[in-house]
Amino acid sequence: MTRLHPATTPEASPSESRSWLERRHLVHGVLLAVMLLAPVAAHLMGEIYYVNLASRVALVAMAAVGLNLAIGYGGMISFGHAAYFGLGGYVTGISAFHAFDGSLVMGLPGSDNMLAIWLAAVLLCGLLALAIGAISLRTTGVYFIMITLAFAQMAYYFANSWPDYGGQDGLPIYLRNTLPGIDTNDALSFFLICFTALVLSMALTSRLMRSRFGAALTMARLNETRLATAGISPFPIRLVAFVISAMITGLAGALYADLNGFVSPSMLSWHLSGELMVIVILGGVGRLYGPLAGAILFVMMETLLGGLTEYWQFFLGLVLLGVVLFAKQGVIGWLAGRQQHE
Amino acid sequence: MSVTLLIEQLINGLQLGTMLFLMASGLTLVFGVMGLINLAHGSFYMVGAYVTALATVSTGSFLLGLVAGVLAAAAAGAIVELLVIRRLYHRQHLDQVLATFALILIFSEGTRWLFGSSPLWLSPPEALSGSVALPGGSRYPVYRLVIIAVGVVVAAGLYLLIAHTRLGMRIRAGESDREMIGALGVNIRRLYTLVFALGAALAGLAGSLVGALQSVQVGMGEPVLILAFVVIVIGGIGSIKGALLGALLVGMVDTLGRVFLPALFGQFMSPSDAAGTGTALAAMLIYILMAVILAFKPKGLFAAHD
Repeated sequence: MTRLHPATTPEASPSESRSWLERRHLVHGVLLAVMLLAPVAAHLMGEIYYVNLASRVALVAMAAVGLNLAIGYGGMISFGHAAYFGLGGYVTGISAFHAFDGSLVMGLPGSDNMLAIWLAAVLLCGLLALAIGAISLRTTGVYFIMITLAFAQMAYYFANSWPDYGGQDGLPIYLRNTLPGIDTNDALSFFLICFTALVLSMALTSRLMRSRFGAALTMARLNETRLATAGISPFPIRLVAFVISAMITGLAGALYADLNGFVSPSMLSWHLSGELMVIVILGGVGRLYGPLAGAILFVMMETLLGGLTEYWQFFLGLVLLGVVLFAKQGVIGWLAGRQQHE
Repeated sequence: MSVTLLIEQLINGLQLGTMLFLMASGLTLVFGVMGLINLAHGSFYMVGAYVTALATVSTGSFLLGLVAGVLAAAAAGAIVELLVIRRLYHRQHLDQVLATFALILIFSEGTRWLFGSSPLWLSPPEALSGSVALPGGSRYPVYRLVIIAVGVVVAAGLYLLIAHTRLGMRIRAGESDREMIGALGVNIRRLYTLVFALGAALAGLAGSLVGALQSVQVGMGEPVLILAFVVIVIGGIGSIKGALLGALLVGMVDTLGRVFLPALFGQFMSPSDAAGTGTALAAMLIYILMAVILAFKPKGLFAAHD
C-alpha cells in the first residue's frame, strides 16, 4: 500500500488563508485521494490482497465514523458499538444463510440482494440502538460507558450461545451477496461500494453537524443546561444522534461480513468496541476525517507490525498510550492543524 | 432438580461471588478515591495467577507461590500507577478508558510474548485436594470452600482496614473530598499509589486462587473484569458495600441461571430448544439484571458519588 505522506506546505497555515488551499483541506483531499487511488493502483498491478485491505480500511473507518458521531460530536462514550457492527454483520450472514437454503426467517425469505440487506441492517441497528440508548442515556459518565459495554456483551454472549447460526464457530457466507448491475465479487468493485458508503457516511455526518440538529448536539455535549434553557430537551437530541451513529456502524458491519465472507461473535466482542474507540482517538476525536486517518494508521500498523511480529498489539498498546498521554489531537490534529469549523 | 444440586450450586455461586468481590473491591476503591476507571484491573488478576503458577513450580509450595503472586500483583500495580495512572487522574473518562485499554494490550501481549499462548497449569495444594460431604450425600472440593473462606476473611479484613485504621480513614476522606485531605497535609500521591497497589493485590489474590481451579492463560482476566464492572455498576461505583452486595448477587444469579434456566425452559419446550434458549438467556442474565437495575436506579444500588 502506498505510504502516507503529509502534504503540508508552510505557506498554507490556517490563520493566513481561508481558501480551499488551507492545510487541512489539502490533508483531507490527500487522505481521500490516497484511499481511492491506492487500491486502484493495486488493482492495476493485480494485487488483489491490497484492494481487499483497502476495503477493510474503508469499512473500519466507516464504523469509526459512526462511533465518532456518538463520542466526538455527541460526547456519549459508547463502549459497545461492536453490538451494532456485529448485528449488521449477522444480518448479512443470516440473510445469506436463508437465501442459500431457501428457508424463512421470522416469516420472511432471506435475500442475497445487498440493498435489502443494508436496509434491514440499518433498520435493525437503529431499533436496537433506540432501545439501548433509551435506557443507557438515562445514565451519565462511567455508568454510560459500562452500561453500553454490558449491552454489547449481552449481544456477544447471545450470539455465542445461540446454536442456530453457528454459535461461537460463526457463520460462513458461501456466496458474496449481490447488487444489481455490479459484480460484487470483483475486488475493486466491492472496494468502490465500500468507499462510496464511507464517503456518504462522512457527508451525512458533516451535513448533520452543520444543521440545527448538529448545533443542538454540540450544545448538549458542551453545556446541557444552556441547551435546555434554549427550550431544547437534550435527551431526544442525544438519542437520535446515538441511533444514527449505530446505523452507520451497523451498515459498515453488514459490508464487513460480506468482505470477509464470514461473521462470528468476535465482531461483537468488547475488543472490537475498544479498537473502534482506539481508531477514533488515534485519528482525532470529533474530527470529520479523524476516523479515516485513524483507520489508515490502525490497519497499516496491523499489517506492517503484524508482518514483523505476532505480538504487534504490544506495540499498538505503547503507541496508543503515547497518543493518549501526550498527543491529544490525534493524527488529524497533527497533520491538519487544530480543530476548526469543519 | 434435587436439594443437593441446589446446595452445590448455591456454594458455587457464593464462591464466584467472593472472587468477584476481591476484583470489584479494588476497582471500586480506585474509582471512589481517585475517580479513575481502570480497565487494566484484569491484568493484575493475570499477573497474580502467572506469578503464583511459576513460583509454585519453582518453590514447590502453593502458599509461597500465592504470597509471591499477590506481592507481584501489588508491585505491578504500584509501578503502573507511578508510570501511567497518575497522569490520568485529572483526565476525562475517555482518556482513562483508552490508556488502560492500551495497558491491557501491553500486559496481555507482553505475557504472551514471555510465556507463549499455551496455558500454565496450577493445581491446588495437596492438603486441600480432598472433598467433604454435603448434606444430601454429594461431595464438594475442600479447595473451593477454602477459597470462599479466604474471600470472607479478606472482606472482613478490608472492612476493618477501611473502618478502623488511619489508612482507612484517609481512604474514606479521599472518597468524600480529594482536595481537602491534600490540604490537610496527607501525602495524597502516596495514598493514591497505596490504594492502587492494594486494589491490584486483591485482584492478584483472586487470580491466584482461581488460577488453581481453571487454567492460567493470557486473557483470563478479561471475562472476570467485565463481570466485576457489572458488579460495581450494580452496587454503585465507589461503594464497598455495594461491591459486596453486587458481587454476591451477580455470583448467585449467574451460577444459578446457568444451571436452572435450561431446566426451566425444558418444562415447556423440546429439550434441544430448551438447552439453546436457556443457555443463551443464562449467559445474558446478569446483563439483563444490570440493565433493569440501572433503568430504575441510574447510579446503582449504593451510589457513593459520580
